[in-house]
Amino acid sequence: MAGDVLLEARGLTKRFPGVLANDSVDLLLHRGEILGLLGENGAGKSTLVKMLFGIHQPDEGDIYFKGQAVTNDGPGEAIARGMSMVHQHFQLVPPLTVAENIVLGNEPISRGFFNKRAAEKRVREISEQYGLTVEPTDVVGDLPVGIQQRVEILKALYRGAEMLILDEPTAVLTPQETDELLVILRQLAADGVGIIFITHKLREVLAVTDRVTVLRQGKGVGTAETANSTSASLAELMVGRSVVLRVEKDEAAPAEPVLIVNDLHVRDDRRQLVVEGATLQVRAGEILGVAGVEGNGQRELVEAITGIRPIDTGSAVVDGTPVGSKPRAVRELGVAYIPEDREKDGLVGGYSIADNLVLATYYEEPFASRGVRDFDAVAQQAEELVEQFDVRTPSINTPVQSLSGGNKQKVIVARELSKENRLVVASQPTRGVDVGSIEFIHNQLITARDAGAAVLLVSAELDEIFGLADRIAVIYEGRIVAELDPTTTTREEVGLFMAGGG
Amino acid sequence: MTLTKTLKGNTATIVGLIAVAVALSASYLWDDTQTTAVAARTVREAAPLILAGLCGLVGERSGIINIGIEGQMLLGAFCGFMAASYTTNALGSTVSLLAGVAGGVAVASAAGWFLAWTAIRLRMDQIIAGTVINIFAIGATSFFFVQGRTMPTVPNWPVPGLRDVPLLGRMLFDHGPLTYVAMLAAVLIHIALFHTRWGLRTRAVGEHPGAADTVGVNVFRLRYLNLAAAGALAGLAGFALLQSASAFNRGMSNGKGFIALAVMIFGRWRPMGVFGAALLFGFFNALQAQLQFKQALDVPPQFFGMIPFVLTIAVLALAGLSARPPAASGQPYDPD
Ligand SMILES: Nc1ncnc2c1ncn2[C@@H]1O[C@H](COP(=O)(O)OP(=O)(O)O)[C@@H](O)[C@H]1O
Ligand SMILES: [Mg+2]
Repeated sequence: MAGDVLLEARGLTKRFPGVLANDSVDLLLHRGEILGLLGENGAGKSTLVKMLFGIHQPDEGDIYFKGQAVTNDGPGEAIARGMSMVHQHFQLVPPLTVAENIVLGNEPISRGFFNKRAAEKRVREISEQYGLTVEPTDVVGDLPVGIQQRVEILKALYRGAEMLILDEPTAVLTPQETDELLVILRQLAADGVGIIFITHKLREVLAVTDRVTVLRQGKGVGTAETANSTSASLAELMVGRSVVLRVEKDEAAPAEPVLIVNDLHVRDDRRQLVVEGATLQVRAGEILGVAGVEGNGQRELVEAITGIRPIDTGSAVVDGTPVGSKPRAVRELGVAYIPEDREKDGLVGGYSIADNLVLATYYEEPFASRGVRDFDAVAQQAEELVEQFDVRTPSINTPVQSLSGGNKQKVIVARELSKENRLVVASQPTRGVDVGSIEFIHNQLITARDAGAAVLLVSAELDEIFGLADRIAVIYEGRIVAELDPTTTTREEVGLFMAGGG
Repeated sequence: MTLTKTLKGNTATIVGLIAVAVALSASYLWDDTQTTAVAARTVREAAPLILAGLCGLVGERSGIINIGIEGQMLLGAFCGFMAASYTTNALGSTVSLLAGVAGGVAVASAAGWFLAWTAIRLRMDQIIAGTVINIFAIGATSFFFVQGRTMPTVPNWPVPGLRDVPLLGRMLFDHGPLTYVAMLAAVLIHIALFHTRWGLRTRAVGEHPGAADTVGVNVFRLRYLNLAAAGALAGLAGFALLQSASAFNRGMSNGKGFIALAVMIFGRWRPMGVFGAALLFGFFNALQAQLQFKQALDVPPQFFGMIPFVLTIAVLALAGLSARPPAASGQPYDPD
């Protein structure tokens, strides 16, 4: 199926101050091929494709596109050559329409004016041709993430892209949206587009790519035919040691109930009831996994339990004490919280690692006495936790915003799980996190369980639910619609409940 | 379609303008001369606000907050006055006025370019950069100003025929050239912003410069260009002040550059919204001037003089609550 060579890169090297981001990397892409680019966070995947796309200039090395040596002086030139890129963070202008976003930079003009009609017509044509349904007149900011991504892909197709780079396109998608995307990518490849697909999710690589190139610490460590690869072989290439993909854990020894949620009703920011009578219990020493398609009230459920969002009716009780709407009081009951949106709710980006580690305890001994902070104590704790939780950072004074996703998450995990807990609430704890860190975070959650904490795990990843949970609760439209035993149920059965069937 | 959106987004302005129109019509039956004078003055007072408001709008739509409009107007008025004044003898009054416009526009435009430069190259706080322009303008124009110089009067250009329509004729068709330019500018910028490639790119750059950059739009070049063009509008606004005053005075912009920011916000960053909001502010200016002039009520004149500023504060407090500026406005753009 793969045609002739579309792109070849030889010996690409890129240095940033203090970092060798890419170290003589080679890459080969054929027409009609999907090449997976796999690597942990910080391995240099984004840097590599940014050089191909002209956002960064390589310090060394050559790029050949359609047989010719090229240097792209900026994305404009790359686009003109037939390259396109869907960025990790969408590059869409929210108040503009779908059509305006797609044609931006190559607008149809008639008699000096921007021809919006023509733009909408052209977008409709391409969207029908490739089966990527969008409404050209919709305002992009109102669309769900999955559709926004289609708009990004249409942007590439509108420009006649022969090569499409997707940088972690599935990090923001629900499992359903991911499946749809993979189908679209297959179609594009069948039409002769060469695709570079960056991810660190092994399952996606195995599902959709033809070949995989693996990066580790800036070096290309190998390229494999997907057909001859397994999760284990790829994970080992990526991390440099063998990784245990199945989480190892002992039988749970559940004791008394710690969290009792009864007929809970909670409203979202738009005052709509989105948790409508959720009832569940988590016992000390067990992990309850809450599975569900995103947007079924998980976020509000978790926020109500941690005291961040007011409860409408019903109750949530931790060790006999009803949670109110004071997050600090809830914390002091021994509740740990790993929020879904780590950048927004979990960390203060501009603060140092050390300060982020005392966000909840800065006012307590030993970090403060009589209202005055003790920086030595803060620093000492930070040194210990960075070591113990394997946070990769130049220093404890580094602002957390400059860390990779996995390391940011480890800072949160260190803050939350280093204390003694009765209840751990973890929401999407490994989203956008690399394999090595996932393994680490999973083990930390199991350690917390074995130390006698009740763990409430909310995740959209069924792998994670099956790997960790001792019991599975499925949430659908704000209610717990099923409680299942992971040893006897199947992914299909859980999926059915998640979709509201069953 | 874009006009419908302007209408929807500016209900407060529209309600206000309708109220003013009703009030003027009613009062016309009561006292036609005074009403006509207020109506004409409304548009005359609105002209510099329209131009200055559009200056702020073009800047913010491209992602740069311009708090230095006041200074740009002052520079525009001063340099315009000087250029016209010094060339009168050599060039005659008409050409010297054109030279004045050119001079004012050029200097205010340079100030706009300077603001873009501080924001882009120095990545300076834009509020501070704008304040620098204001302080510089006040200082420089006061220092170099020479009392007693004159310039030719800017002629009135009544539109024959239309001028004689009762009320509306004097209101819309009996003005100096810059008043017409202001009204035309609002319409043209509306069309440019919503119906041309430049407009689409400008809006993209003001909302999400990264997105524009990745499709090959040159963010920095567009911002330089737009801020220089916006400066030209502020220069025209400054010259529009000379149109009624006929001579430069120290500090003659008198806060209009700041009121223009309120006009821009009240107009929801839309050119026709700015037009409407400027008319509303112009009306209150005209009203206070007329009341002061007539001494109709036994109230100190300072009280009336205060009205436009009180209104500005009220607008910023109320409209500001729900107003949404372009997302990237005021944010330095870093291509990485
Ligand atoms: N603009 C930049 N300036 C300095 N360092 C950078 C820059 N971009 C990336 N890096 C560093 O280069 C390395 C590779 O990063 P990146 O290519 O983003 O990795 P990946 O996409 O595989 O997660 C990281 O150590 C990162 O911190
Ligand atoms: Mg990356």
